[in-house]
Amino acid sequence: MKIAFSAAGADLDAQVDPRFGRCQYFVIVDTDTMEFEAAPNSGATAGGGAGIAAAQQIAGKGLEAVLTGNCGPNAFDVLKAAGIKVFTGVSGSIKEAIESYKAGKFQSTAQPNVSAHSGMGRGRRKG
Amino acid sequence: MILSVASGKGGTGKTLIATSLALSLKGRGKVQLLDCDVEEPNAHIFLKPVISGSEEVLIPVPHVDENTCTRCGKCAEVCAYHAIAVFGEYVLTFPELCHGCGACSYLCPEKAISEEGRESGIVEWGHSDTIEFAHGRLNIGEAMAPPVIRKVKELAHDNGTIIIDAPPGTSCPVVESVRGSDFCLLVTEPTPFGLNDLELAVETMKELDIPCGIVLNRAGFSDDKVEAYCRKENIPILLTIPLDTEIARLYSRGVTLAEGLPEWREGFVELYGKIWEIVDERSRCPQR
Repeated sequence: MKIAFSAAGADLDAQVDPRFGRCQYFVIVDTDTMEFEAAPNSGATAGGGAGIAAAQQIAGKGLEAVLTGNCGPNAFDVLKAAGIKVFTGVSGSIKEAIESYKAGKFQSTAQPNVSAHSGMGRGRRKG
Repeated sequence: MILSVASGKGGTGKTLIATSLALSLKGRGKVQLLDCDVEEPNAHIFLKPVISGSEEVLIPVPHVDENTCTRCGKCAEVCAYHAIAVFGEYVLTFPELCHGCGACSYLCPEKAISEEGRESGIVEWGHSDTIEFAHGRLNIGEAMAPPVIRKVKELAHDNGTIIIDAPPGTSCPVVESVRGSDFCLLVTEPTPFGLNDLELAVETMKELDIPCGIVLNRAGFSDDKVEAYCRKENIPILLTIPLDTEIARLYSRGVTLAEGLPEWREGFVELYGKIWEIVDERSRCPQR
């Protein structure tokens, strides 16, 4: 079973990145074999629609679930359409999170838990 | 002549200047005021125009014919705003992110994408006595002001004086508002914020190659850092308005400087004259 993490680094010791759309890496783990692959998130530097770009990148990977800190409405729509469960509120290292996931400690979320643009710094009025 | 009034920092007095200037120029040829601050239009509060017409602003957003679409993903690849996603058997569109550029429908190999209008705001026009007036209003929750601003600017006359009340800041809506202007008045105040954002605004105008001059509002209570900056950058301070509770009191009741304190009218006419000279000189001997 394959699950993906929004990650601050490219291996299993990396911390889970609280941002989905603008995380640095996606680490995709096969929880049966613990084999993993890491890829930079193409949404990280997107001008807009980062969550959509990020979700689209991993949507075709045959994932069971995405584990992240926060997930906004647009990314959530894409993941939902792709039939991927979303778990928010995940933190700590990926290794720890895998154990917690296997132990059934997380509950998948039925809706986005943050509004759009939450992964961007708090800025002034801008266009 | 197209004359924009911008500021960098918000709340420095753009609308006070734009509306007072329009009123002071009444009877001196055709004057039109365009309120391009479509996120918070407020010039109508002061000019109290009679609105004679309005039009919705529509952004062309993609509609995908799912039967013709082969899910090749070209549209998602070319969309700079990620307003369209293709994965597996799915095509999802996000109309609120779409800038209406048309790349997806133009480049779709199957011609499976048509465009349909999505309303993002409204423009209204009318007149206040002899002053022609138009403004735009971005719908609540919408992020993109420029399409509404473009629509307001389409209402500009071909001749006479057109005064554009621009939004604050220095981002896309400001650039869209001031683009094509012959001159830009930058209204500032003698505060650290006022100066900081003035510097950003001056840089923006340089980039756009629009000559600018300064209106120093609420002057007289602070240091002379704004004046020093203007000297250094060789930007003329064309009008100085003192910090005055009477001006604030009038403004809070929707009364402009030109109406509440008519002795200021001459100052605004002079201001316009100075701008005219600068624009005229520039047109005769282009610097760049």
